[in-house]
Amino acid sequence: MQPKKPKNIVSSFMAFAFLLFLSVNGMAQTDPLIEKVSQKLAQVNDYVAEGVMKTDVAFIKASLGKVKVYFKKPNLLKVKKEGGISLLPRGGVSLTINTLLNTKQYTTISAGTQILNGKNLTVIKLIPTDENLDWVISTLWIDPTEALVYKTATTTKENGSYEIIMKYGDYAKQGLASKIIFSFNTKDYKLPNGITLEFGDEDPTAKQKALKNKKGTIEITYSKYTINKGIPNNIF
Amino acid sequence: MFGVFCYYVSMAVIKVENISKHFGTLKAVDNLSFEVEAGQVFGFLGQNGSGKSTTIRMLLSLIHPSSGSIELFGKSIQKNRDTILEQVGAIIERPDLYPYLTATEHLQLFAKVRKQKVAPINITKTLEQVGLSNRSQDKVQTFSLGMKQRLGIAIALVHNPSLIILDEPTNGLDPQGIADIRALIQYLAKEEGKTVFVSSHLLSEIEQMAHQILIIHQGKKMVEGVTKELLDPEKRIVQIKTMDDAKALAIISAGGFSQYLLNRKEGLFLKLPTTAIPILNESLVQSGMAVLGIETKNSLEDYFLQITSNA
Amino acid sequence: MWSLIQIELYKIFRRPRTYIAFGAIATLIVVIQLGLKIDGDAYAGFLMKDINDTLTVDGKVLNGYLICYILLQLLLVHVPLLVALIAADMISGEANLGTLRLLFTTPYNRTHWVLAKFIAASIYTILLLIWLAFLALFVSMWIFGTDDLFLMKSNYVVLIEQSDVLWRYVGAFVFASFSLLTVTSLGFLMSSLSSNSIGPIVGTMSAIVFFTILSTLNIPLFNLVKPYLFTTHMNNWKEFFDLKTNLDNEAIRGSILNIAKIKTSLIVLTLHIILFVTASVIIIKKKDILS
Repeated sequence: MQPKKPKNIVSSFMAFAFLLFLSVNGMAQTDPLIEKVSQKLAQVNDYVAEGVMKTDVAFIKASLGKVKVYFKKPNLLKVKKEGGISLLPRGGVSLTINTLLNTKQYTTISAGTQILNGKNLTVIKLIPTDENLDWVISTLWIDPTEALVYKTATTTKENGSYEIIMKYGDYAKQGLASKIIFSFNTKDYKLPNGITLEFGDEDPTAKQKALKNKKGTIEITYSKYTINKGIPNNIF
Repeated sequence: MFGVFCYYVSMAVIKVENISKHFGTLKAVDNLSFEVEAGQVFGFLGQNGSGKSTTIRMLLSLIHPSSGSIELFGKSIQKNRDTILEQVGAIIERPDLYPYLTATEHLQLFAKVRKQKVAPINITKTLEQVGLSNRSQDKVQTFSLGMKQRLGIAIALVHNPSLIILDEPTNGLDPQGIADIRALIQYLAKEEGKTVFVSSHLLSEIEQMAHQILIIHQGKKMVEGVTKELLDPEKRIVQIKTMDDAKALAIISAGGFSQYLLNRKEGLFLKLPTTAIPILNESLVQSGMAVLGIETKNSLEDYFLQITSNA
Repeated sequence: MWSLIQIELYKIFRRPRTYIAFGAIATLIVVIQLGLKIDGDAYAGFLMKDINDTLTVDGKVLNGYLICYILLQLLLVHVPLLVALIAADMISGEANLGTLRLLFTTPYNRTHWVLAKFIAASIYTILLLIWLAFLALFVSMWIFGTDDLFLMKSNYVVLIEQSDVLWRYVGAFVFASFSLLTVTSLGFLMSSLSSNSIGPIVGTMSAIVFFTILSTLNIPLFNLVKPYLFTTHMNNWKEFFDLKTNLDNEAIRGSILNIAKIKTSLIVLTLHIILFVTASVIIIKKKDILS
């Protein structure tokens, strides 16, 4: 269940946000709303999205970085940072399209409606039918009129809970978000002074934040999508 | 060079007045005064530890005197150090050099710190003068003590100074080397009109080249005078002991004996022909002077040996 | 004055001892680079253990920039000892050799000589630092390539973009030159007090080791004196590699977290240099040269 390669992790994280539509057809008990979402997303065979990634983890100081996200049906996804080191949540690996939606091994339960940011959203829970899957439950908040998923919350067996919030803009018709915010739990970070050779005073605010805030977010704001122009497989 | 010589001929190149140097309770130099005239070879004698090197270091402003004044070329060394040292070349005690540099590199290095440019030819010439031409490109670490001594002298000479101060320049040299250096010193004074202040603990070495000799012992001046006169076997050093030295001095001067007076603090000393001793005694007695005694001292050589052997 | 500096530089670079430091730095750096080249991933894995629990780091973490940082952390503590080898010998070494009296009987006064010697020792120090920079930074960049600088501090991680790194190293090396010149001036002061070579070298090294230990030990009593120790300030080149963050916890590109700390340290180090060199000049001027 643990990720083997960073590539997979990247895809896992991004996939959950963008590829919900890929396999809703195959669900054991498909909610009609999920079917609607799936149909909307089916318009997109591939895309290249340009965006800015922000990493907000208490013990990490990183500036905004430009990223390119590549997607190709059915489940190929790649996040590339333009020359640099990228940080992505580790637990995301258990949320790949294969394990979450594409497995077809879940049932859906309608959980009523909920108002989120002024929108009346339908809440649908996915429960895996295969015990070997890493995730235990996933909840989707869907706008029934737009057929857009605004939020997902997934609980995994080993990597805690994850939450993804999506915002839509120019590409809402294709079901593509203009911004996604991935929230996850962080663990403690500490290296002994003897190893880091940092004997002076470190940034006290950063230290406090790290102690206080155990939640991290990674946020990608998209500026442009290039849809259905074809992407060679070697990108992934 | 001759012009410089003429300029200083009438004045002392070195004028030391009542200098003393204390190191804690030790008096290394005690109220020493002397003058060195231009164009002379001045012999500065004393046993090891007598204060010679301390005096030389004070002349070169390496050591600050506790009291007294030093003038070189008529100027205070304390106030005009840089301009004075432009005209001075010196070696002090051991010939300590940079083992990783060659003889030529040493001369090039020290020629560079002179405000007046030293021509490369001077470096070659100086090495020839001290007999090091054939070893000019060898590193000093391969040199014998004698060769280092020669190179030390070359460093002192390379910028053509008018005053050369050499502290024990023949240390470590073989007899031929000693003779060569002696000849060089005499040449420098006689042919080039330079003033050479040379120290040694051996009278035999100094007496052959110095015009004037000063003997220092335990930091004090013992004897000073013209070498020829001091070493004249026909003359004896006598000490006149009286009740009133000042009156006796006046009688000696009036009697025409002042030329024989030795400049000594510890009493009335004269160096005079043996035949003159009774004449001096007679004139003192006739002038009503109570002469307590006339003691005949040994010759300068014996005297110097006595000092050194007592040490 | 320039002649004197030339002479002093000439003497420094004619001595075999001078090259020990250059050789030692080259050996140390090459050994560390080799070790990291062969087994660097294991080292990086060890450092990133905590991070890997939460995040996946994608990219070339062990790149030339990080290698240089690791090398500087290790070496900038020890290079002062190599600097002391030359600086603390500048005056006392010549006194020991007996050549100081040759210099001090030239038409240049002692202040000139002392300053020329200090400048020459400083040039040596700077050259040593340039050599260190060349090997630690440029050779590492050549061997390991470049990427963002992923810096693991004790309590947090700083990710500095590749394009934002090089100027920080320039700043760090300029800062390090002040640190090392402080050591040079301390060695110089020690050198002016003695007539033998070993004493000042050992004295300078001992002082650096002693103060460095005080600066690094996190004991409340020592923390009181830390701000007054030059060794504490010498370590602040690292400040160039910490970023400011805005309210959204975004690191601000091109920023330095605590520029005031760098300025204060530079002032403190400069004052030390001035103090040590002035004291050396006064001591030498007053000193009787008996060697």
